[in-house]
Amino acid sequence: MPVTHAEYTLRRLPNSDNLAPLNTQRDKARMTATNDAIGTPAASHEPVPDRIYRHSGLTRATHWVNAISLYVLLLSGLNIFMAEPALFLGQYADFNHPALHIFAAHTSDGRFVGITEIFGQQIETTGLIGVSNNAMGHPVSRAWPSWLTLPSYRDLGTARHWHFFFAWLLVLNGAAYLAWNTYVRHIQKDLWPTKADLRQIPQSIIDHIKLKHPTGAEAIRYNVLQKLAYLAVILVLVPGMVLTGLTMSPGMDAAFPILPWVFGGRQTARTIHFIFAWSLVAFFVVHMVEMVLAGPVNELTSIITGWYRVPKAHDDATGQGSGAKGNVQ
Amino acid sequence: MSEVAKTGPARRGWLKASLAGLGGLLVAGCDSVTSNRSVQKIIESAEGLTRRSQRLLLTPGQLAPEFRESDLSPTFKANGTVDPQDADYRAHVASGFANWRLRVDGLVEHPMSLTLDELKARTSRTQITRHDCVEGWSCIGKWKGAPLGALIRDAKLKPEAKYIVFHCMDSMGGEDSRYYESIALADVFHAQTILAYEMNDAPLTVPHGAPVRLRVERYLGYKQAKYIERIEAVASLKDLHGGRGGYWPDRGYEWYGGI
Repeated sequence: MPVTHAEYTLRRLPNSDNLAPLNTQRDKARMTATNDAIGTPAASHEPVPDRIYRHSGLTRATHWVNAISLYVLLLSGLNIFMAEPALFLGQYADFNHPALHIFAAHTSDGRFVGITEIFGQQIETTGLIGVSNNAMGHPVSRAWPSWLTLPSYRDLGTARHWHFFFAWLLVLNGAAYLAWNTYVRHIQKDLWPTKADLRQIPQSIIDHIKLKHPTGAEAIRYNVLQKLAYLAVILVLVPGMVLTGLTMSPGMDAAFPILPWVFGGRQTARTIHFIFAWSLVAFFVVHMVEMVLAGPVNELTSIITGWYRVPKAHDDATGQGSGAKGNVQ
Repeated sequence: MSEVAKTGPARRGWLKASLAGLGGLLVAGCDSVTSNRSVQKIIESAEGLTRRSQRLLLTPGQLAPEFRESDLSPTFKANGTVDPQDADYRAHVASGFANWRLRVDGLVEHPMSLTLDELKARTSRTQITRHDCVEGWSCIGKWKGAPLGALIRDAKLKPEAKYIVFHCMDSMGGEDSRYYESIALADVFHAQTILAYEMNDAPLTVPHGAPVRLRVERYLGYKQAKYIERIEAVASLKDLHGGRGGYWPDRGYEWYGGI
């Protein structure tokens, strides 16, 4: 008989000479065998395992394909944006009233400056946005610096090819992730917040501000802010990127006229696409900070091998019931 | 947590160093990767997937959204060539396109040559549609023109014809740089595909492609060929200019401009 994940997990559990809890653990492990096994927080009287099998193979694989795709999509997307470095609201572009406009200008005292204009408010962003140095070190007029775009030089045609290739990859990868993890109830059980979770939001915010990380049984499950952040990414931001991206396609708008209607026009869809892209960047920054704070080796190991070492509870801080911060993958 | 605190900085340093190294490698490597021909082939394969998917989703009769007069853009941006300097085109402008002819030839049974008045005498279609530039902006304009499908039916395609090519009068710069575009037969016979000679209730102006431009809705702006002088039915796009079916497709843009 092949060894299942559940049995493998079981052998590594501590106190396995105790038969009664073992059966409980076995049942729990079985329940989450095809799952990312973080679902049910162990009751306080049960032994907390040293390590848990946190991420299924599919979750790990799709996580990394997603990471690479989003990286290429961001850089190629920023290159595409440079062809029309402005954002508008509505069906058509009202060139006199952009929501955002990035441009280069010469000041009266002869300086070459990059300007970012948001609803008429101008901010000088020389060096980063509007004007940045090329490979030779000369300031040039371009919306984003060369290290933020793919290719590094302005090339709408190439950038579009890369963008659409990785958009397909993102969609197929995301569909596989969502379909499988809905089927095995990972999303419902491990990511969907419970009522108790929602009540802990204020406490969780305080814990995050104090950089307090959970240990023991509490570290086995995700905290409520973490759950909401992951749900925002997998159910709102990434699907939103795909849908607003498709709304920019004239072919898709003919096939599904509801798309431009839902998003308030092709230009609004493009603006939302831009905002969601930077929201994903913001998520990524927090994701990295939390990973480092929670222990980068353990966290990286868990998203590569699936195995997560559960931080030990302290005598003075049990980490129980406070809704303390979980470990971010 | 104390364990993390003890080992954190060292790990952070290691992480930072590897991220910085990886970042440097990626930036340095990106351009050599994006300009690698075999990598490009793989990346560009997505265009076929996009084209086939959209053809599957778009029924031939499905129309691009149409708008009301009140939706018209206050200013419709003219892009690409806005004032061709080609001598023959200048002469046409000077004579008010009196000597201009629209030739329809290639793989057709009845080649044609139409004056602007003859084209205008044909049954027309008027539509208010959104023009989507590949750069990202959109403008809404009102177009009146002769449906291309009816014209091509009159010319009667030979069975081997697969594409319609639009030869334009504007040079983009240098020898053999005249604009051209092409579309598949499915789009030729689409109800909104017209040879437009009026824009916003006035004769088409030079910046917008006088005397006649293509409107093939459901596609990006670069498919909407301006300054048309010849329509050719062909079996393959390989033998034309760069072989990829259009001025911009020859320069790295998708021939399928539906996305």
